[in-house]
Amino acid sequence: MHREDFPMLKQDLIYLDNGATTFKPYSVIEKMVDYYSNYCANAHRGDYTISYKVDIEYENARTKIAKFINADIDEIVFTSGTTEGLNLVVNGFFENLIEPEDEIIISKSEHASNVLPWFRLANRKGAKIVYAPLDSNLHITIEGIKSIITPKTKIIALAEITNVVGDVRPIKEICEIAHQNNIFVVCDGAQSVPHRKTDVKDSDIDFLVFSGHKMCGPTGIGVLYGKKELLEEVDPIILGGGMNESFDSEKEILLKDIPHRLEAGTPNIAGVVGLGAAAHYLENIGMDNISIYEQKLKAYLVERLMQLEHITIVNEEADSGIVAFNVEDIFSQDVAYYLNKYNVCVRAGNHCAKILKSVTGVKNTVRVSLYFYNTYEEIDSLIELLQDRDKIMKEMI
Amino acid sequence: MDSELKREIMLDNYTNPFHKETKDEKEYIKVNGNNVSCIDDINLYIKLQNDIIVDAYFDGEACAISTSSTSIMLKNIIGKTKDEVRKYIENFENMIYEKDYDESILGEAIVYNEIYKQESRKTCATLPYTALLKALKKYFDN
Repeated sequence: MHREDFPMLKQDLIYLDNGATTFKPYSVIEKMVDYYSNYCANAHRGDYTISYKVDIEYENARTKIAKFINADIDEIVFTSGTTEGLNLVVNGFFENLIEPEDEIIISKSEHASNVLPWFRLANRKGAKIVYAPLDSNLHITIEGIKSIITPKTKIIALAEITNVVGDVRPIKEICEIAHQNNIFVVCDGAQSVPHRKTDVKDSDIDFLVFSGHKMCGPTGIGVLYGKKELLEEVDPIILGGGMNESFDSEKEILLKDIPHRLEAGTPNIAGVVGLGAAAHYLENIGMDNISIYEQKLKAYLVERLMQLEHITIVNEEADSGIVAFNVEDIFSQDVAYYLNKYNVCVRAGNHCAKILKSVTGVKNTVRVSLYFYNTYEEIDSLIELLQDRDKIMKEMI
Repeated sequence: MDSELKREIMLDNYTNPFHKETKDEKEYIKVNGNNVSCIDDINLYIKLQNDIIVDAYFDGEACAISTSSTSIMLKNIIGKTKDEVRKYIENFENMIYEKDYDESILGEAIVYNEIYKQESRKTCATLPYTALLKALKKYFDN
């Protein structure tokens, strides 16, 4: 769908690494070029016309993002991406809240950025990391979550969709149980927000983080959503210009209101307006249309891959556009090198989920991650290239 | 050597690597070799007596180029003195980076003489050599 909107798709490429990053449509690129070409001034310094326009465009983008996930405008904080968002929540909010012996629930299939900040917090505070059980399909179930909640559980931090297994977690139900037990829910939306409808009011998530570049937006920009009353309690971890109301020589500092107090320094203005354009672009296509199409395409890919005896799929049951597999006795990176010779881009490796191997026994995989601009014909080309194991062996070096 | 034969030698060293085994020998120096840009991850175990590498083996997971290159390197270094090994490494790296090199001391490792054509795979071929240099440094610095 909509391939004509993407300059990158004019190249002779089959791009199947959308979990890593996505291509950008003309509308996003043009929005950023427009800023740099026509009103390149700083934000929040509105003493002249072009700077005033920056403020308008910047806050317009915030409004678009808020609408995109059904949040209020002042609940949207711009960050550099999911990683920074998670670090801000951990260090600016939970740092002040967590106590020795408290329990933090994560899973073994989380991305490094939803693992390492929690590890450090737990180490510093004497808190405990508890892993949510994964069923035989590597999925998280409500029953599994219920089984590990204790009076000490303070946080549940999970990706809505994981970047290797691609399972869709029942975040709304998880929030419901969590809130009944006074537990905060932090949701890593890096792989879900770009691919399906997100409604933070309906799911009742406490904090949600996601990245712009995985949803047709620019790199270096992302979003932290937090319920207003929680964001109010987040301590800025970066201080400087743009986030203070006033300060004096007696070291008295008065900070701005949220979200501005959490956006110190000159912001990534081009990134913000580009991300606003990306949200607008995706909304025009329709998030439901995107997720339905991707699921159909993924089902087709799995069906075709399963016909190949030398291929083992790690996650055939997942409801997202992510498929991880291996070719019998061939190192995943060699498969990726081989496919690259035919201009097919896939990712090989552990995909930053380094503790998953203790559950699956599989350290590295080839990962195909789809987006709405991928086609059935591209899947056919991929399958044709993977059909003959001897050919892969012969051509991988 | 034609490219078909080179590929065969690499594949043979990939599917049946020399001294790839999992054991924990205390008198061996252990070093890890990995590339920032890929998922190759091997451990090299070297046993030195005086100035001579008397034994070596490796374990871990890596691509066909890295694995075969490690296998071939181990065949070439066992029994050699520190100075011979240094010279060998230097010549191998010269070959990879398109400088002058002495073909006669590289043995089977000559199969990588065209790897420069695939820019991204140079670091695969040199991975075990970088690790070996680290091991030598570790040994002789102590």
